[in-house]
Amino acid sequence: MTPELLTEVEMITVVIDGFEVTVPKGTLVIRAAEKLGIQIPRFCDHPLLSPAGACRQCLVDIEINGRAFPKPQASCTIPVENNMIVKTQLSSPVADKAQKGVMELLLINHPLDCPVCDKGGECPLQNQAMSNGRPESRYEGVKRTFDKPVSISSQVLLDRERCVLCARCTRFSDEIAGDPFITLNERGALQQVGIYENDPFESYYSGNTVQICPVGALTGASYRFRSRPFDLISVDSACEHCASGCAMRTDIRRGKTLRRLAGEDALVNEEWNCDKGRWAFKYLAARERVTSPMIRGEDGELHEASWPQAIAAAANGLKGKRAGVLVGGRATLEDAYGYSKFARVALGTNDIDFRSRPHSDEETSFIAGVAAYSTTTYKDIDKADHVVLLGFEPEDESPIVFLRIFKQVKKRGLLVTSDAPYASRGSVKLKAKLVSTISEVSGLTEKSVVILGERLAETTGALSAAVELAEKAGAKIAWIPRRAGERGAIESGAIANLLPGGRPITDIAARVDIQSAWSVSSLPITPGRSTSEILSALALGSDNVSALDAVVIGGVDPMDISNQGLSQLLNTFVVSLEISHSAVTAIADVVLPVAAVVEKSGTFLDWQGSPRAFEKGITEALNRSDVRILSMIAEEIGSPIELPTVAATRREIEALGKWDGAKAEFTKVSLASKSASGDKLTLSSWRQLLDLGTLQAGEANLAGTARTAVAHISANRAASLGVSEGQNVRISSDLGSIILPVAISKMSDESIWVPRNSQGSQVIANLGFVGGQVTVVKA
Amino acid sequence: MTKLQPVLSAHWDEKDSFTIEGYKRHGGYKAVTTALAMEPDAVIQMIKDSGLRGRGGAGFPTGSKWGFIPQGDNKDHYLVVNADESEPGTCKDMPLLLANPHSLIEGIIIGSYAIRANHAFIYLRGEVVHVFRRVQQAIEDAYKAGLLGKNIGGKGFDLELTLHAGAGAYICGEETALLDSLEGFRGQPRLRPPFPAIAGLYAKPTVVNNVESIASVPAIIANGIEWFQSLGTEKSKGFTLYSLSGHVENPGQFEAPLGITLREILELSGGVRKGHHLKFWTPGGSSTPIFTAEHLDVPLDYEGVSAAGSMLGTKALQIFDETTCVVRAALRWSEFYKHESCGKCTPCREGTWWLVQMLHDLEAGKGTEADLEKLLDLCDNIAGRSFCALADGAVAPIISSLKYFRSEYLEHQRNGGCPFDPVASTNFSVVNS
Repeated sequence: MTPELLTEVEMITVVIDGFEVTVPKGTLVIRAAEKLGIQIPRFCDHPLLSPAGACRQCLVDIEINGRAFPKPQASCTIPVENNMIVKTQLSSPVADKAQKGVMELLLINHPLDCPVCDKGGECPLQNQAMSNGRPESRYEGVKRTFDKPVSISSQVLLDRERCVLCARCTRFSDEIAGDPFITLNERGALQQVGIYENDPFESYYSGNTVQICPVGALTGASYRFRSRPFDLISVDSACEHCASGCAMRTDIRRGKTLRRLAGEDALVNEEWNCDKGRWAFKYLAARERVTSPMIRGEDGELHEASWPQAIAAAANGLKGKRAGVLVGGRATLEDAYGYSKFARVALGTNDIDFRSRPHSDEETSFIAGVAAYSTTTYKDIDKADHVVLLGFEPEDESPIVFLRIFKQVKKRGLLVTSDAPYASRGSVKLKAKLVSTISEVSGLTEKSVVILGERLAETTGALSAAVELAEKAGAKIAWIPRRAGERGAIESGAIANLLPGGRPITDIAARVDIQSAWSVSSLPITPGRSTSEILSALALGSDNVSALDAVVIGGVDPMDISNQGLSQLLNTFVVSLEISHSAVTAIADVVLPVAAVVEKSGTFLDWQGSPRAFEKGITEALNRSDVRILSMIAEEIGSPIELPTVAATRREIEALGKWDGAKAEFTKVSLASKSASGDKLTLSSWRQLLDLGTLQAGEANLAGTARTAVAHISANRAASLGVSEGQNVRISSDLGSIILPVAISKMSDESIWVPRNSQGSQVIANLGFVGGQVTVVKA
Repeated sequence: MTKLQPVLSAHWDEKDSFTIEGYKRHGGYKAVTTALAMEPDAVIQMIKDSGLRGRGGAGFPTGSKWGFIPQGDNKDHYLVVNADESEPGTCKDMPLLLANPHSLIEGIIIGSYAIRANHAFIYLRGEVVHVFRRVQQAIEDAYKAGLLGKNIGGKGFDLELTLHAGAGAYICGEETALLDSLEGFRGQPRLRPPFPAIAGLYAKPTVVNNVESIASVPAIIANGIEWFQSLGTEKSKGFTLYSLSGHVENPGQFEAPLGITLREILELSGGVRKGHHLKFWTPGGSSTPIFTAEHLDVPLDYEGVSAAGSMLGTKALQIFDETTCVVRAALRWSEFYKHESCGKCTPCREGTWWLVQMLHDLEAGKGTEADLEKLLDLCDNIAGRSFCALADGAVAPIISSLKYFRSEYLEHQRNGGCPFDPVASTNFSVVNS
């Protein structure tokens, strides 16, 4: 037990409505009452926000040491004390009348538009008006009206006359997200939520304000007037966007997702999520779905086929061939396991990789030696004395991790160091100390957490240096990839050097484990290749001894790896398992339609390695998970993998368990020295949370709040280029160029930063690489 | 018969009373020298012992407030003077600052020295530009005279004084809203605890005092505790400014020992306007329940007024004669509170909105007697339900006017409208006749 856990928390006993309850010191009266099952009505109170005491709905009578407060007190602002006696509406006629009085006042100006309001049916005001209000209003006057709705942003709309001015939204934005772009304006009865004239409500977390609004004042543009809560089927779900691991709720009506909300998980996302998780779910409708299996005919065109035909075609094309498997970072744990087993058993190869992003051999070794066994959690961040962010921009790449760090920065001034090349908005909010190389990081202890992002793989030796830094201090290491499926893919062995459960492929005992579990006599021993090596091997031509002849691709966009990715696939046999038509299905020989997340059951492992299992949301769906299809192909090939359902796969994964033998060794390499060459600048980039990502397609309201793409350069550099803030520069490589307006930041004169995949700035497609030397001129 | 006791207002009739020379001519700034020769704690003790109570309305003992500031905490301390006077009827601080700004500055120096603050602020109502300019000039002159700035009087005490113009919100007279506003935020009351004495301006220990309270300090230092205690009543010591306004022959400031009665002040000042008689009055501004002629002999000290069912407040004696419609007066006051509610708390924000509509109807003779019960019930749902006292003040004139003049409310309903001639209560009605 750690010393903190041993510290005694002082407990306090209070009497509420005649019942004793003992709670930790500092507990608010309203929460102590909850413990007894006494529900005091409230609007502004929120357990994760600082008390406001504004709505006055929670008034109760309080007496301490026999001395009664002369007036009823707001139970959401008063902490319990010894010898306190509380009388709520249940035992105090004064408190009851006070609450009814406040409720009546809240309603005098509230419109009676519940029948058309999004919140109707799930509205705290509606519910509490019934439970703690008068049956009829005595108000005969004129109601306050405003123009409606006002766009707070492209995705959040405000109906001011519905607002009860509880300040939950403004407190959330300020305290939790650190984006105080909405505020209360005006005074008295004209007080209203407003935005600044010049600063838009550009927050990655704005959707939470809609969710915590206790009335229908804030609504999401995409859901407004779409449904009634009682027409929705709500299912617990998991977010498929990033590795933060948010618990989610998905609301479905007639087979279509209409809304997604943040679920509750105190250990992960508390009660929040990001706007991408909340609103980016229309990608299914945005692109044409693959609805039927398809086979490329003699005419070179894809033709619809029956499932048996397509399975047979896939099996024929793969059987006996030198084939590889590209899984992608978005597969569920069960699907990734299916690909892993399929590669080893049905194709007899270790040529499998989940990384559809820039990667390196160093990273492969790091994954098997370090990442696969990381036990660092959110709690370690909560307790850390120092958090170091390397190759990782939490606000953009794992927004809930950002909220968690920000909470500690705000609460206790947690020290943060980041290697971000410029003072990004996230770094500014975290008050991060910026360093330009890993060697500059100092002040680590065994209570520190070093967070490594997937982008470290883009610099040779960076992962090694980072691990060494952490190991030297005994600090905790967390590796946080961007995509939701990567940790699960590692654990299921969807990478060349690992078998399921983190078993090193080179370890004989580990191989025996798997052989017996899979009832196979042998497993391939030839070292496997990475995604880029597999793509290169596919383009070698069949005469080459190292060449691959066929590939199974599950939801990978090869353009995420290099701009030649697609062309490397042109003369090879491609089996594509896809949700929607894509660049890969366009050249594939067999296309097999698979289920999207909402249509299937599965599990995502978040960056901590914690599972978040979900069941299919759309009941009409066939739960056609990749693993089921792979199982059928394997059967047809004659090397069955026996994974007929997701449930069967889960059971097999559980039965296998995790590897407890010797871990693979992380072979470190030395850090590449930075090479500045001539007039060129060093380009760095990352993906912003809201950008041109495939899974954000079809949601214009969300895209409207994406940060504008700009190129960050130093003031000196801007001067030498002759550009000022907002003027365009042209950034060129040998392959192409990008034109972006500049933003002048405090950063190295030799560096330039651009967003990786935003409107007007698609680095891989436009420049051919994600980092390197570029020429920058005034445009 | 209590006599007037001009102290702060003793020399207002002199042409240069507002200048540093005029102030010094009558012993001004001598109290600073006395105080700076004392230990700071001794100054606090002296003010405690004097029995000086806050003149801004609540009547909290000034010395105790100073004593709440934790000493030796290695934090900056601040003294903030609340000069955001803006309640209907209240008009003592503005004339005081206009005619005698240096009494405040001297009090600030002594108070800051006592609580060990090196920076003081005056939060002054911004609309009163002439007063603002005069205080600005007075501060400038005090700096020039070495009474502000570094090493005051060679005693090693430093004090910066900042004058801040409020932007016109009654709520900023509430001390925590004032602090928010002074920090540059929208003025809305803060949650307490923490109290300003622990975390006030910029989260540092802060004393917030009314202008008159601080301006009274030099006189106490100069003349001693015994002199101060010889004035006033048992629990309400000293002198104070009574602001007489409304239907009187001679409106203005009447400085007297606490405990004087309205009857005495009216006699001293020339009485209610000729040909008319007193109908109702406020003892301490619009937020204090109204009195009638039966209260003429209530001692105007903290206890006396409270015992009679109202509050001493800011001692703003607004006099209304028999030409005034009490419903109309209550409506006007309610309109003020509706306009000034900050909007934070539901009962105040929504309640004042409703009250105005109900009073409009009542003044127009609409409704029934049951509406009066509804009005009282609404007041009960507003009073004491909000965060600060603004809403309590809003319902005070309504409840008290109904208490004393219920029949007049009913008369409006019987009459189908207001039975009063609104012109008769105006000043120009006298001029015209």
